[in-house]
Amino acid sequence: MLKIENLHVKLEDEEKQILKGVNLEVGAGQVHAIMGPNGSGKSTLSYVLSGREGYEVTDGEAHLGDVDLLDIEPEERAAAGLFLAFQYPVEIPGVGNMTFLRTAVNAQRKARGEEEMSAAEFLKVVRAKARTLKIDSDMLKRPVNVGFSGGEKKRNEILQMAMLEPKMCILDETDSGLDVDAMKLVSEGVNALRSEGRSFLVITHYQRLLDHIKPDVVHIMANGRIIKSGGPELALEVEQNGYADILAEVS
Amino acid sequence: MSAVAETMNVTDERLAGLTLPAGGWSDAARKDALSRVQMMGLPSRRDEYWKFTRPDTLTQAFAVPAALFHNDEAALFDDVERLKIVFVDGVFDADASDDLSLEGVNIERLASADTDIHWARDIYGVLETNGQKPVERPLAALNTAFATDGVLIHVTGAASKPINMIYLHNSETSDVMLHNVIKLDAGASLTVLETGPAAARLNMVTEVEVADTAALHHIRAQGRDHECRAATHIFARLGTESVFKSFTLTANGVMTRNECVLELTGDDAKATVGGACVGDGDFHHDDTVFITHDAENCESRQVFKKVLRNGATGVFQGKILVKAGAQKTDGYQISQSLLLDGDSQFLAKPELEIYADDVICSHGSTSGAIDETALFYLQSRGISKPVATDLLTLSFLAEAVDEIEDETLREQINQRMASWLERRRG
Repeated sequence: MLKIENLHVKLEDEEKQILKGVNLEVGAGQVHAIMGPNGSGKSTLSYVLSGREGYEVTDGEAHLGDVDLLDIEPEERAAAGLFLAFQYPVEIPGVGNMTFLRTAVNAQRKARGEEEMSAAEFLKVVRAKARTLKIDSDMLKRPVNVGFSGGEKKRNEILQMAMLEPKMCILDETDSGLDVDAMKLVSEGVNALRSEGRSFLVITHYQRLLDHIKPDVVHIMANGRIIKSGGPELALEVEQNGYADILAEVS
Repeated sequence: MSAVAETMNVTDERLAGLTLPAGGWSDAARKDALSRVQMMGLPSRRDEYWKFTRPDTLTQAFAVPAALFHNDEAALFDDVERLKIVFVDGVFDADASDDLSLEGVNIERLASADTDIHWARDIYGVLETNGQKPVERPLAALNTAFATDGVLIHVTGAASKPINMIYLHNSETSDVMLHNVIKLDAGASLTVLETGPAAARLNMVTEVEVADTAALHHIRAQGRDHECRAATHIFARLGTESVFKSFTLTANGVMTRNECVLELTGDDAKATVGGACVGDGDFHHDDTVFITHDAENCESRQVFKKVLRNGATGVFQGKILVKAGAQKTDGYQISQSLLLDGDSQFLAKPELEIYADDVICSHGSTSGAIDETALFYLQSRGISKPVATDLLTLSFLAEAVDEIEDETLREQINQRMASWLERRRG
């Protein structure tokens, strides 16, 4: 599904190398988690894959299926099936959540040569999906993320994911700023979307989220590289001992 | 040549080409206005009040020709139930207009000089004269003297539908002065819609008397003709617990100066002046607002948003004057520009002058580019960059458009702006 090879990335404006040869392969239907200390390059990886400006790829490749991700615009990556759930979802005053969602869904459909969703059909689908995430009609009408609590913003991300039906979902610290109940609700939303044809890359600081979203593989990232990979037990090891042991082990 | 001599020269040249219309009941006001124009002289670029906007094409003897703008879009507010009053290049078009009768409203035309319209005599040129202090507005006095037509609206109750003045521009050289007077009796209410550019060069004055507990909602869309020029003035006086809300949408126009002069004279009055403008290329747009608080517990809001690109210029001069005794005043002023490229500019001069000690007044002015993070957020959901940019542009304008209270009218403005942006994308 997602294949990253020897990915090297620096900041566009300064000589600071952030990713120093990342190799990662996520199979169809799998859930991979990336953990690592602050500044290890986790969020950068998610931004570079989804096409945010400000980074320069100096070496390496990233493919989603047959699609060369690094060569195309962010909206083309989205249409190809990539989705990034933001750590800090952006507030957009004056643009209704529904308008935004429908514009996005139909833009992707159009890009893939599919028929656009009618207003009535869209409304039916979005209401059903919103209900399972406990998003009420008021939240759907309000401007995108404006006045939403931290939990509401993250649930809104998952709703977008549910509507856009991507193949590859990257969750960038989706657990940050969430209380226990909100994390459970968001995790249930994610788990409901797990399927054979959909993969997840879950970036987190804490093992706690992985209790709810059970990963197949856990990677530890440090200093711009993946330094260790293993099963879910690796996350527990980090939770108990911190990163020091693993860092010492690989150096 | 000295500055004074130059000003008088321009004024003389302008006046030489004009004749006072036979105004009947308005004759005295017209003659008085003419002598005031002669005293003040028309504005020159040396005037502080015209520091950011060159007045020469607005004051010179002849209008610069403006090519006609052809478009196939439906007229704005076409599907709104309203009373239409149509002017073509400043000339009343009886065939295209509705019958000028509406329950609770008395509608006359300024050009009907033979009827003595007593109520209008107390307002015509009177509010304009009041508005000449402390800052002179000679183009408004010029209008009072020479306006050839306009609509006089006296509202005695709650008007059942909006009145829409439709100003069409069909002559490349039309040079037009229109003067409207709107009087709302106590408790009366009316929505006035104004659409269209009116002429190659327009000088427009609207005087509004809002009596106690009356409410006027005013929504204006100045048309899309690229080469038109306009200087407009609104003078409004607000009574106790009255409401005045005015919103102006401007898209295109090589030179537009919109002045709004409000006086809150009764306690608990509320006034809002809002504007959204979208300018491209050879575009100069100036909003100049002067709000005087002269009563207690009044609220005023100024909300102006300008989207500028390809070298367009936006200007905002906004002043709140709180007189001694105008306690519990709540004054809010925001002017913001979204600069879509490095060639465009926004010039702002916010001013507060306060002589009461128990007031809240705030003002803010910003210039910024499209928020890159928001743009990326939209793109990451599959929305292309041009569409995302348009969505963020509408988002930026929303705070001003939201000042329109009526949801249907607000949506019409929003949809119109969205379709303009979409057309521009091609």
